[in-house]
Order: sequence, then C-alpha cells, then structure tokens
Amino acid sequence: MKKVYKLQDLDCANCAAKMEEAVSKIAGVQKASVNFLTQKMTIEADEGEHQRILAEAKKVIKKVEPDCIVLA
Amino acid sequence: MSKNKKRLYRILAAVILFAAASFIPQEGAVRFVRLAVFLCAFGIVGHDVLWRAVRNIAGGQVFDENFLMALATIGAFFVGEYPEGVAVMIFYQVGELFQSYAVDQSRKSISTLMDIRPDYANLVRGNFVEEVDPEEVCVGDIILVKPGEKIPLDGVILEGNTTLDTTALTGESLPRTAKTGDEIISGCINLTGTLKVRVTKEFGESTVAKILDLVENASSRKAKAENFITKFAKYYTPIVVIAAVALALIPPVILGLTGSGFTGALFSQWIYRALMFLVVSCPCALVISIPLGFFGGIGGASKQGILIKGSNYMETLASAEVVVFDKTGTLTKGNFVVTKIAPAADNIAEHELLHAAALAEHYSNHPISLSITKAWEEWLTTNTESEKTTSDAAWKPQTAVNNSADLDTANLFDKGFPAPKDVEEIAGHGVKATFGNHTIFAGNSRLMEREHIAYQEQQTAGSIVYIAIDHTFYGSIVISDEIKPDAQSAITALRKIGVKKQVMLTGDNRQTGEFVAKKLGLDEVYTELLPADKVDKVEHLFSEKSEKGSLAFVGDGINDAPVLARADVGIAMGGLGSDAAIEAADLVIMTDEPGKIAAAIQISKKTLRIVKENIVFAIGIKLLVLVLSAFGISTMWEAVFADVGVCVIAILNSMRALKK
Repeated sequence: MKKVYKLQDLDCANCAAKMEEAVSKIAGVQKASVNFLTQKMTIEADEGEHQRILAEAKKVIKKVEPDCIVLA
Repeated sequence: MSKNKKRLYRILAAVILFAAASFIPQEGAVRFVRLAVFLCAFGIVGHDVLWRAVRNIAGGQVFDENFLMALATIGAFFVGEYPEGVAVMIFYQVGELFQSYAVDQSRKSISTLMDIRPDYANLVRGNFVEEVDPEEVCVGDIILVKPGEKIPLDGVILEGNTTLDTTALTGESLPRTAKTGDEIISGCINLTGTLKVRVTKEFGESTVAKILDLVENASSRKAKAENFITKFAKYYTPIVVIAAVALALIPPVILGLTGSGFTGALFSQWIYRALMFLVVSCPCALVISIPLGFFGGIGGASKQGILIKGSNYMETLASAEVVVFDKTGTLTKGNFVVTKIAPAADNIAEHELLHAAALAEHYSNHPISLSITKAWEEWLTTNTESEKTTSDAAWKPQTAVNNSADLDTANLFDKGFPAPKDVEEIAGHGVKATFGNHTIFAGNSRLMEREHIAYQEQQTAGSIVYIAIDHTFYGSIVISDEIKPDAQSAITALRKIGVKKQVMLTGDNRQTGEFVAKKLGLDEVYTELLPADKVDKVEHLFSEKSEKGSLAFVGDGINDAPVLARADVGIAMGGLGSDAAIEAADLVIMTDEPGKIAAAIQISKKTLRIVKENIVFAIGIKLLVLVLSAFGISTMWEAVFADVGVCVIAILNSMRALKK
C-alpha cells in the first residue's frame, strides 16, 4: 500500500535525496521516494507497518534536515 | 515575515557592517575593533548556517553544505582573511536566497499545472445541495456543476447543456460542447450551463486524479542522467573534502621539508586553498537542477496535453529513431467517410449519384451506409440555401437523369427520403431498394455481377459501393477511413526532427494500407496484420535499428497493449477518457492529434539538452575552479560563484524546460 506525506520546509534538494535513501533503508519499506519539488514523500509498505515506518521516517528526516516537518 | 525577507534583511545588515569594517585600519589596537565588526557581520549573516552545521554534526551528518560553508568561512577567519570569511558567507546567503526564490517560483508554476485538482463537489442530497470533498462522493451519486466550476468527478450528464474548457487536460483552447447523455471528464471547466451529473467513477479512479498521480509520480521513474547525478553527488563531496584535507597538509609539508622551512604563512596559504575546495564541494547545483529540468519538461508537456510517465521516457524519446504507427485511430480517424464520388457518365452530377446511393442505403445501419447518408445530408445543408439563388448547373437532377438513363425520376430526387416500396438487404452484396417504378442497386462488385450489370471497376483504395438504377450502372462511391488533418504535417515534422524511419502497421487490407502510407509519405507499411503479427513486426524493426536509437510505437491503446509494452516508448493517442490508454502506455497524448508526437519528442530533446548543459556547465565550472584554487590562481570569490552562482544559473536554465 502506498501512502503520501507532505513535507513542510523541505529546502535542500540534496537533503531530499538523502532522505529518500535513508527512508528506503527503514525495515519494511518496499519503496520510498521524496519529491523535492512537490514536497511530498511516498512510502510503499504493508498496511500494518505504516505507523511504525512513519515514526522512524520522521526521525531520520529530522536528522537530515532538522527544519523539515512531516505532515501526516 | 517570510523566510526570504528575513534572510534579505540579514544580508543587508551584514553588508553595511562589512563596509564599515573595511574602513577600519588593520594596524594598532583598533584592529581588534575591525575583527569585532567583521565577526558581528559574520554572526548576523551566518548564524543559522553555523547552528545547522553544529546540529547536523551532532546528528551524524558530515559533509552537508552548512558544515562545509561553516568550516570554509571560519577557516578564512583563522588564516586572517576576515573580509573574505564574511563575504563568502554573504554570497552564500545571497545565493541561497536566489535559489530559494527560484525553487519557490518553479514550485508555483508546477502547482499551476496541478491546478486541475477540484476542491469540492456539489453533492445533491434529496432537495439539498451540499459542498463536499470530491473524495467523499460515491459512484451513482448526483452532483451539480455550476458554470465556472471544475468538473470534480467523471460522470454522465443527466440534465443540462454546456461548453467545456478542456485546456488544462488537452492543451486544446477550443471549448467542447456537451449535452444531456454525454460522458464528461473531471478536470474540465464547465463554462456556460449548469449540469446535473451522475458520477460514474470515484475520485481516485477519475481522470483528474489519474493525471495528477501520473505527473506527480513521474519523478520516481528516474532518467539515467538523474541516477548519474545521484551517484556523482554521493562520491563527489567526500572526494573533494578529502582532497581539501590533503591539499591543506601535503603540499606545505613537502614544501616545508624541501625549501623555505615551515612558516605560518605557508600553512595559511594552503589552508586557504583547501577552504576553497570545501566551498566548491557542494553538489547542490546538480542535485537540484537536473530533476527540476525533467520535472519542468514533464510539466510543460502536460500543459500541451502530453502526459509523460517518467523522465526515463523523455530520455528514450529524445533518441527516437524509428516511429511505428498503428493506422486506425492513430493516423486515421477510425470513422468512415465518402472520399470519392465517381459517376458513370459525364452528365451525371456527383450529388445525384450520392443521392441515389443515399436513398438505397438510408435504411441500413451498416457503417458504410451511415457514411453515405451522412454525406448526402451534409451536401443538402450546405447546398439547399444557395441553390435557389445560384445558377449552378450542377443542381439539375431531373434533366441530368432524364438524359442519362432516360428515367422519369424527377420525384425520386425530392430532397427528403421517400419511403421505398420495397427494400431488400442482400447479405454480403448490398441493398436493393424500389421507389415507384425504379429500383436502385447499391453494393459491392458481387452485387453488380449477380444482377448482370455492366460496371466500371473502381481502383481506388477503400470500401467501394457501386450504384445502378434499373440495371443501368450509375457510378461508384469510395468510402474510406479519413486521414487525420494533421497526420501529414506530423510525419513531416517527425522526419525534420531526426526520426529516420516511420512505419505503419495495420490490420486493414493491402490496398487501403498502402494508399494511406503512400499519401502520408511513410517509409514502410505492413498490412493485413493480426495483433500478434504486430509484435513480430516490431521485433523485426528492433533488429534493424541502430544500437543507440530507440523505437516508439504509437497506437490508440485499445488492442495494441502488447506492442505498446514491447516498444522502447509506447505512446497512446486520444487518452482523454480512455483508461486503457493511460494504463498501457509510457506516454499519453490526450487529444487525437498525431502532431503531438513530434511535440513530445521536441520537448524531450529540449529537456535533455538543458539537463546536459547543466551537467557539463556545473561540473565543468566546479572542476575548473578546483584546479585554479589548487594552484592558487582563483580566490574565494570564484569558489563561491562555483557553488551558489552555478546553482542559481542551473536552476534558471532548468526552468526553461517548463516553457514552450
């Protein structure tokens, strides 16, 4: 299942690429993409996993770009 | 205060302090004041960068641009280059400001592209109308669409007539008319009438949602150029940073050991050069401008009604060498029209022959019969008005007929459709219709032979109807699939932009296929193919093309899904309202115009060119400045230009892809 989250204050394109890589590495993520231009993150994972993955994604995103907030 | 404004004020304040500090002499106790003022300016303009650098290191993010900038500028202070430390930070922030502005701008223009998303739907609930989120509307619900509103969901008009603006979906500025019973597509703007619409698809399945999804997710199918940049960025920064460390340590040590001995000046000179490396080491210009360029290209294309499912397809399309067309529905309209009327004798006017045919065919529902009836009705509407006033000799049916076949058929050429005495459809042959004392035969050559009528064989491609009145041959009418008005120019345009071979595949008969191919000037044509044969032909064409060139297949998406999938790029025409086409193809042309194929290739080429320009320009400048810095030829100014200057220029260049 695919879920889309809006990313607020995503200001650095390189960071978006780093986030994409980091989020893709979270266990249970089948596919993740971070679109710098539309400021959206798409995560593909099993239905039940999304909540845990989102929490972890928030953490790694904070690490990459501390100002960036995931709106869920 | 917006983020950018705040940044602007900070830059201005720092510039003023910077100017003030420059007037303070460098000697004596006052030099500490100078340092203090510079530090103050530095703090004002760069505190956020410093803070983020510290925070990111704590988070394990080394090599990010904040860290590199902080290190470079603080380093400049340590080697005594206060003005440059401050100036670099000021320039970095100016660059960030530009960059942020450029990104905002492109985000804005992209969101105007996405503007087709409807915000609400007027749901009819009994006697009430309620404004709801389009996602809450179910299939079968009734919605109201007022003039000026976007159509929120796909549906069928229950009540009302209107014109629709489909510009956002097709790039077509001419409004379409829609009436009760017509299917309408979400994303169009209702211009004139109020409509009651029964919803046929939920929002997620509606055209507008599909298009939005497609454009937004296009960036997840990355082009080779994008993957290259991602990889490049991954290695580039660490390599440059390591090179900077090496540059700061190795040359001064070697020089110190071999020559003048170790001095502070020697070290600070090489540290300064190393700091320039750090400034240049950020790959931002590439990381941001390449996807932006592709996104702009995809966005610009969708403005013209061309949906591209990913930037990888742009790359493939730009190198299109062979374009393979399906005939029906792609190059031709897929409808049947009268294309030639050939009376048997000079004194029979074309419209008389047409009328005779129409009288006989009027009662049949066969597509060929319908097209003859339609042609006659069209002739009537365009000619009855002027007929009375002009002396056009063409409209003298009675005399003409009387002379030619010696028939008393004046009443037969009454402009309506008189009820026939008897109509007989002869399966596989045609129609025999009797009016008064006369019998009209209309059908294929077999009918003529069966009735022992002497006829002239018609050699033109298409379906041929022979007409005879009372066993006297009267003429023939050719009906063929109409070639789309812009098919010819589309093929010329494709050849012009470098497509080497254009091939047509069709299931139609050889005569028709070859006729269309010849008329349009296609290089090759294969006829009488079954769907599976089409795949074989495409395989064959694959083996003939060059390694680098790609093969594009253009079809209407209805029964050519296997070929669409097999081609390097599958292009579906007339995607508006056709789910099959949107699903099966890599590229969807929303309108029926084959001319858009050339447009799509051109957009792809332009986008690729922009992307390549950016890659060469950004990497070139960076390498150049790295070399110059290593030899001490360039200064910190060039380094800052190679970072933010290049980035801003690359972004501006990328934004060209969005424009036509």
